This record gives sequence, structure tokens and C-alpha cells, in this order.
Amino acid sequence: MTAIASAAPAAEPSCYSRLTNEWVCSAYWTDRREEILDALVQHVAITAVAVVVGLALAFPLALLARRFPWLESSIMALSTGLYTIPSLALFPLLVPFTGLTATTVVIGLALYALTILVRALLEGLRSVPADTREAAQGLGYGSARLLVRVELPLALPVVMAGLRVATVSTVALTTVGSLVAYGGLGNLIKDGVTSNFRAELLTAAVLCVVLAIALDVLLVLAERLMTPWARGARS
Amino acid sequence: MRVVRDAWDYLLDGANWTGDNKLLDLLLQQLLVTFTALGLAMLVGLPIALWLGHLGRGGFLAINISNVGRAVPTFALLGIFVAADSWGWTGGHFPGTAGLGPYGRAGAATLVALLLFALPPIITNAYVAVREVPLDVREAADGMGMTGWQKFRRVELPLALPLVMSGLRLALVQVWATATIAALVAGPGLGRVITDGFVRTRYGQGIAGAVVVAVVALLLELLASLVQRWLDPTSPSRGVRSSVRKDGMPVGGPMVATAADPSAPHQ
Repeated sequence: MTAIASAAPAAEPSCYSRLTNEWVCSAYWTDRREEILDALVQHVAITAVAVVVGLALAFPLALLARRFPWLESSIMALSTGLYTIPSLALFPLLVPFTGLTATTVVIGLALYALTILVRALLEGLRSVPADTREAAQGLGYGSARLLVRVELPLALPVVMAGLRVATVSTVALTTVGSLVAYGGLGNLIKDGVTSNFRAELLTAAVLCVVLAIALDVLLVLAERLMTPWARGARS
Repeated sequence: MRVVRDAWDYLLDGANWTGDNKLLDLLLQQLLVTFTALGLAMLVGLPIALWLGHLGRGGFLAINISNVGRAVPTFALLGIFVAADSWGWTGGHFPGTAGLGPYGRAGAATLVALLLFALPPIITNAYVAVREVPLDVREAADGMGMTGWQKFRRVELPLALPLVMSGLRLALVQVWATATIAALVAGPGLGRVITDGFVRTRYGQGIAGAVVVAVVALLLELLASLVQRWLDPTSPSRGVRSSVRKDGMPVGGPMVATAADPSAPHQ
């Protein structure tokens, strides 16, 4: 490695040529900037849409499960079963319905996010103290206002914990979407594996982790903004 | 919907089940890989996590390892392992795409990746399980004059068992999923049927493979939950600890985000 690496600046092939195949290679970043950015944008878009759709579906499901206890166990069983199915198997199962499109990946990921979020929402709503609820009812809150003004704000920490888990795992799972060619950074990983391209592999992998951490931090900050009352109490 | 019929035909054709690199062969290979990795992860993870839980130390690490595990894409790690066949310090052959006996192509890389992804749920749950043993129970054990080992062996371990088991269940699900993904780097297992089908635009075959993988995943989960129920000393009529156990892990704590994990125990 040393001999070739030291010769690299003189010889034309850059640090990502087949001969050297360095893991870290800044020439790769500059030369393929567009491609990397496109993959990153696709990754973020797929993740974001999937989590938002998952949340939008989880919300009514959680309310239904809370309202009708007999429904809760079946919703839970279904979501556990769904979560058990590996992503590489879930995407193909959706292909007959949605084809080789980004929709396939988004729906699959939304289903995974959904299973996490329904649980988090239920746990969160359950964590609201009964006396708080009774106090609000005593003040004349109807069930809708009770939900929006009292229960949801108090459930927020637990729900946000679930949302963070869902987001971080969705970022990681999006890579598997490369099976149907919509995997964001996963497409780079796939290409890196088939062509044994180390700089591409490592770049995509690191970007995935950085993206997951960034979104996680963003959600923590959002939670702080949304729960100003918890700031003093937080240790 | 033609692909659905193709998938059905693929599954009904006996020739696709028997023989080298056919469904049964690959299924056995993936089961072998899965349980080897799970066994290794138990050997490595359980003693550490249980001991740390007993001592009450290293909690930050034990709990956050799960969050790290979640952020690293399996596919990315597998890809890096497969491409890493000439790191100087491993003598040029770790792990790369080299085959490993019955574990097939990229067997070593797959096993290491599976092991790494099985560790977080095992470690986190085992640690939390021991820590969750109520303080008064521990104190009672101390008061009876139990030594540290006796307390661990006869009090903490039995009470921690259900949660440890649910960690193993989570790990099993995770390892099975990861073993499937190994096919994306042309590794062993049933995922090969899926990726192969998609690469060669035989989508029926891909879907058929997915059905087999999904069904086995559900069966494994079912089996694991039965074993868990069977081993749980606190489950049926002994209601003493059921109120603590019901929720499994505490929810909403800033660190135990695992609580929202769908496969956490919830019966």
C-alpha cells in the first residue's frame, strides 16, 4: 500500500483508482460531489416521507386502540409480526402492488416506523396521570380539547423517544431500498460493493450514520422547544 | 399481478426447493448462520451485561450501545467488511468475501456483522433486567447473608430472566433480518433468492424468496415467544412481580429508547 500511495500524486490515477482503492479519498468527494449529494437528498426525502406517513397512520391507530381495548391486542400483534419481517423481504412483498418505485420503499419503511410509533403513542397517552385528566375534565374539557391541550403535550416525551427510534432506524433501513434502486445512500453502498469501491462505501456508510445522528439531535432540540415546561425539571 | 402467480409457481416447483443453493439448502444455511451468531453473541454479551448489571456499573455504555447499533446500517457494515480483504494487521484475509466452511461466501464477514448486530439488544436488555430487580429484594438477599454470587445466582438472575429472554428474542429477529441482508453483498442465506430474482428481473422468484424469509421470521418469533413464556418463572399465576414485569422496560427514560421497540415484551 505504501509504495503505491506515495507514488499516487505523480501518477495520474487518483486515490480511488482500482490500484490504490483508498478508504478515505478526497478526490472522490470532489469528483463525485453531485452523485453523493443526489444520493443524500434521496435518502433524506425517503426517510422523511416514510416517518411522516408512519406518524400520520400511527396517530389514528393509537387513538382507536386506546378507545377499543379489544382492538389493541390485534394492532399490537400485527405490528410485532410486521416488525419481525426483514426489510429485504418486505420490499419484494410490496413490489406487486407498487412496482419498482420509491413508493415501495417509502411504504415499507412507513410500516416499520408505524409499528414503533403506535406503541410510543399508546405508552405516552397511558403515561398521563389520571388525576391530571380528571382535573381537566372537571374544568370542562371535552375529549378533543383534553387530547390536544392536556394529553398530547404530556405524552410528548415518550412519543418523541419513539419518534427518535423510528427516525434513526428508518435512516439505516433506507439503504436496503437499493434492492429496487431507491435506497438513497444505499445505492452508493450497492455500487461500492459490486465494484469493490472503498471510498464510495465508506463515504456512504459514514454519511448514513451522520445523517441519523443529525436527525436525532434535531428531534431532541424540537422536543425541547415543544416542552418549555420541562426545561427546569430536567436534570 | 403476474408476478404473484410467478412467485406461487416458483414455490410450488419442487425443483426450486432441493439441491445445491436451492431454497432448503439456503434456508438451512441461514438458520445455521443465525444461530451460530446468536450463540456467539450470547457467549460474549450475556456475561458482561449481567455482571455489569450486578455491579451496577457501566450502565451508560450498556444502554447506549443499542442506540449506536440502530444508527449503523447493516448493509453498510457488511459492505465494508466484504471490501476489507487486505487490512495489513489481519494478514490480508479478514474478512473479505472469503468463504467459511458451511457458512458460504463472505461467511466470516457475515458472522462478524451478525454478531455485532446481535450484541446491542442482548447487552441492553440483560443489563436493564438485572438493574430492574427491586432494591428491597436485593436488600432482603443481603440481609439473609447471601454472598454477591449467591445473590446474583439465586435472586437477580431468576428475576431478570424474562427480560433477558426478550432481549434474546429481539436479537434473534435482528439476526435473522441481518442474515437476509447478507445477500446484498452476495453472502450466505435465503436473501440470495431475493437479490438474484431482482438482479435477473425474475421478480416472481424474488417475491417467492421474500415469502419464505418472512414466514420463517414469523415462525422464529413465535417459537421464541413460546420458549420465553415457558421459561418465565414469573409469568402465570404468581402475580407478585407482574406489575413490574408487565411493561418490560421503563418507557420515556431519556436513555432507554429501546422501550419503544415493538418487539419488547408486551403480553
